[in-house]
This record gives sequence, structure tokens and C-alpha cells, in this order.
Amino acid sequence: MNTTARHDSYDVVVIGAGPAGLAAATTAAEAGLSTLLLDENAGPGGQVWRAIASTPVRDRNHLGADYWAGSELVEEARSSGAEIIQRATVWSLDRNLEIGVSVGGASFFVKARRVILATGALERPFPIPGWTLPGVMTAGAAQTMLKSSGLVPSGPTVIAGQGPLLWLLAAQILRLGGRIDRILDTTERRNYLAALPHAFAFMTSRYFAKGLALMKQVRAKVPVVTGISELAAAGDGQLATVTYVSGGRRETVPAELLLLHQGVVPNVNLAMATGIEHRWDDLQLCWSPVLDRDGNTSVEGIAIAGDGAGIGGADAAIVRGRIAARAAVEALAPAAAARLAPMASFKASLVKAERGRIFLDTLFRPAPQFRIPSGDTIVCRCEEVSARDILDAVAIGATGPNQLKAYRRTGMGPCQGRLCGLTVTELMAQARGKSPQEIGYYRLRAPVKPITLAELAAVPKTEADVNAVVRG
Amino acid sequence: MFKRSDQDSRPSVRIVVDGAALAAREGDTVSAALLASGRDVRRATAVSGAPRLPYCMMGVCFDCLVTIDGVGNRQGCLVPVAEGMQIEIQKGKREIGR
Repeated sequence: MNTTARHDSYDVVVIGAGPAGLAAATTAAEAGLSTLLLDENAGPGGQVWRAIASTPVRDRNHLGADYWAGSELVEEARSSGAEIIQRATVWSLDRNLEIGVSVGGASFFVKARRVILATGALERPFPIPGWTLPGVMTAGAAQTMLKSSGLVPSGPTVIAGQGPLLWLLAAQILRLGGRIDRILDTTERRNYLAALPHAFAFMTSRYFAKGLALMKQVRAKVPVVTGISELAAAGDGQLATVTYVSGGRRETVPAELLLLHQGVVPNVNLAMATGIEHRWDDLQLCWSPVLDRDGNTSVEGIAIAGDGAGIGGADAAIVRGRIAARAAVEALAPAAAARLAPMASFKASLVKAERGRIFLDTLFRPAPQFRIPSGDTIVCRCEEVSARDILDAVAIGATGPNQLKAYRRTGMGPCQGRLCGLTVTELMAQARGKSPQEIGYYRLRAPVKPITLAELAAVPKTEADVNAVVRG
Repeated sequence: MFKRSDQDSRPSVRIVVDGAALAAREGDTVSAALLASGRDVRRATAVSGAPRLPYCMMGVCFDCLVTIDGVGNRQGCLVPVAEGMQIEIQKGKREIGR
């Protein structure tokens, strides 16, 4: 395992080895730029192609063609000349394009002339009563275990939520002989009507046929309850039951495992901590970075590609990775850029890859009651703060997420707001009658992943660094 | 809660969980191995002591925190198992010095 970078500085440093990061690193390295690709996982592939080089699931039909399509990109990246370090956690990035990286418990810094952030997405928080109980996980978590370790649910299992991933996961679990007792579809009925005007564009997307086929496969084997308007998990120290309401009827089913999913949102922590400007996206209901056509951010030299730039899916991520890398090549080595495919061809591919996205965003826009909880429901899992706690803080003067930290420590635990930030923004916006944009988000700072003080203290220091803090 | 696919032919890796041996598979993360074991591997939170298991399995939720080879607060979902690895289910806060 590589535990440190070969050089102190690179033309391009790409953070994240999913579809966007692999494509970006390959494009930059093949154009002759010195390129470093840093990735937190044990192997390349990101979430969508997780464990592609090591999965024990050998029957290629089980994970599907879209999964295996990633092999080619991984191979290209490996032979591109880019230096790749796995299990590398990037905990800091600043405006000077200096990057703090932790590998195997030790940290080092590298400098870049250009940085491409490809930190992808994470699953939207799904704050229902009981979502912190052991036995409640995300659908993505189950898919990670399925891909990397061939693990499938074996006991009474309920999958609840909405969106393409949910159906893909269900199909994969069934193909591997796993158990699903029931699927609870939380898609709001009114969303079907709202999405209708965008249906034609989606029908021309390759995801249309794939989605229909998956849903058919799953519905043939698992009872699906639609129109879920309430959802709760319960149990004493362990999930025991799932209760839901559909069409005014309440039902409780026993469950050992509840898998939740209501879409994915950009993983903004590193970008925000760097000071990159973000805006609230009213359609995707999340924070997205403000970008130019080539993916460049408000911070000079830093671009964002892939789902971290706004959710677009794997095909779009690959193209956005190439666009951001091509822009870096144009800036650093214009002669080499002339040998790359023209930017216009990438832009045309992007339009194609993003076709039908508005349909998915509209159809699978999560319902308010599953985004904005009430009462005792936990919002901040780390600090164990409920919706009521937050509303009480608002009532005595907390104006936004950053003031709220002083009242309740929300977002100050190890996950640094990743699992509560969106909920806190929307909850406070609703309580104060303001827009999420006006309410804002946590002010994030490095280190964006926890590292020990010992690790920080062991980072090589110059005499100037020491003189800056030592007196006498 | 979870079972292994019969396609899985990866070699076994022996780890030790709270003093008891556990056969994991090469390439498992610590969290995946713990969840696959069927044992009670619930940690207790630092704030209230509430029982938790991993939630996201991709490094963002920190509900997989575990003591690995004497170092507390490690993200079990990001660390692959290794032969002889010593795992302790973390009950509450990380202790000073580990």
C-alpha cells in the first residue's frame, strides 16, 4: 500500500476515485500532467463501482452491466500514469491548493496547481422515528456490503423510500438470494403529475428501460406498498417493527432490518470547508456548488466534477470529470489540450447523459414529512438532538445552524453535519418562515474528517511554523 | 441480519473481537465482518450510551466507531480486516491514551 505521495507537488490533484475522479485523473495524466488521485476507500470505483477490483460476487448478471462498465475506466486510470493512493483521507484543502492527507494514521501535505474535487454524493438523511436503532441502515449501506463482501439480508427485511437506487438494490438482493419482505414506496402521488411534462425526455434516456425492468423484476417477488405517508421504526435497543400509513391505513410489520433511501445529495463538506460558494437547489433540495460551464468553482484553481457538483448520475459524472480535467489541461498545458477530444464533444455527451434528470428529480422529490421531522425524532445522530430540541432553541433565539451549535451542539459530532445538516437547515427555515438559502448551512472547517492531535503534531514543520506559535 | 453469498470464495482472515476469534473474509471491512458474524456487536454512543450499529457503511455517519488494535474511534467501515486484528466494541467515549 502506498502510504505517501511520491512528490510534494502535482499539476493536478483529484480527490475521489469514483466515475468522475477516475475520468478526470485519466484525462489529466494522459495529457502529460503530473496527476495524483487520492481516494478514501480500499479500492477505486467510488460508491457506484465499489469493490469493482475485489468483489466476491462473480456472476456478472448479479451486479449488472452498469456496474461492470466501471472496469474499463479503472483500467484506464491505472495505466494512465496517474499516481493513485487508496485509503487516503483528505482532511484539508485551502485556497493555496495545499491538501492535507491522512494515510494509515500519518498525515502529509501536497501542493497542486489545479484541484478537481470528485467527492461524490451521500444518501439524503431520512430522519424518521427510530432511525438510530440498530438494524436501521441506508439502502446504500446494504449495497456496499453486497458489492464488497457479498452480504445480503437474511432475516425479516423492509426497504422503504424511493428513487432508482432503491429498486436496483432490491433487484440485486433478490438475485443473490437475499430476503426482502416488503417494499414501502414513499413517492408522493402528486409527484407523478408534476413529473409528467418531463416524462418524454426521460423515455429517451437509457435509464428508462433499465428502471422499468428492475421494478418489474422486484414486483414479481416482493409485495410493494405505495403511497406511504408515515413511517416509523421501533424496538428496544434493536429494530423490532416498522409501522407505516398508506391510504389512511396504519400497519405494523416485524422487521430485523430496515433499509432507508430517499435519494442522494452532494457531499459538500470538503468543498464548503475550502470556502467554495454553494447555493440551495430548490429542485434537488440540497446545497450545490456554484460552478461555471467547465466545473470551476468560486475558488481559483479548484473545479468540482461528478455528483458533488449536483446530482447527475454516473454517466454524467464521467463526462463532467473529463470536462474539468480538459479545462485543467487547457490552463496548464495548452499544447497538450489540442490533442484531446474537443470540449464541444464532451458538452454534447453531457447533454445526453443528463437527459431525463429533471424527471427523476421531480418524481423522486422527497415528501416534506420525511425531510422535516417533528417531536422526539432524532435530527443530529451524533449529539442525539431531537426536532423538538431544535424548535425549542429557535423559540429562544437560535437564528441559523451556526447559532444552533451553541445551543445544542448539532453538527459538532464526528460526522460534522453530514447526517443532520440538510434537516437542520430545512427545519429552521420552516420554523422561521425563511428560505433554506436565507437560513444557510453550518460553517465547515478543516479537518473535515477527524484526525488525532498526535497525527497533527507529527506533521513535518518548518522553523517558521514553529516560530509562529512558540514564544521565548 | 446478513448472510454471505455462496459465490464468495475469498480466503478466511482470523480477527479477534472482544477476545473471541472470528473468521472474516479477505476484503471485508471491520464493520462488514462484525455485521456478518451475527454476534451482538452494538456499540454504545458517547452522549447517552444508546446502542448503535453502522448506518451508512461509506464513511460518513460515524456510527461504526470501534476500537481497532488499541486505537479508539476508528471508522470500522473504512478499515479492511487483517490477520490477527484485535477489535473491541466501543462502549461510550474513546478513552484517553487509546
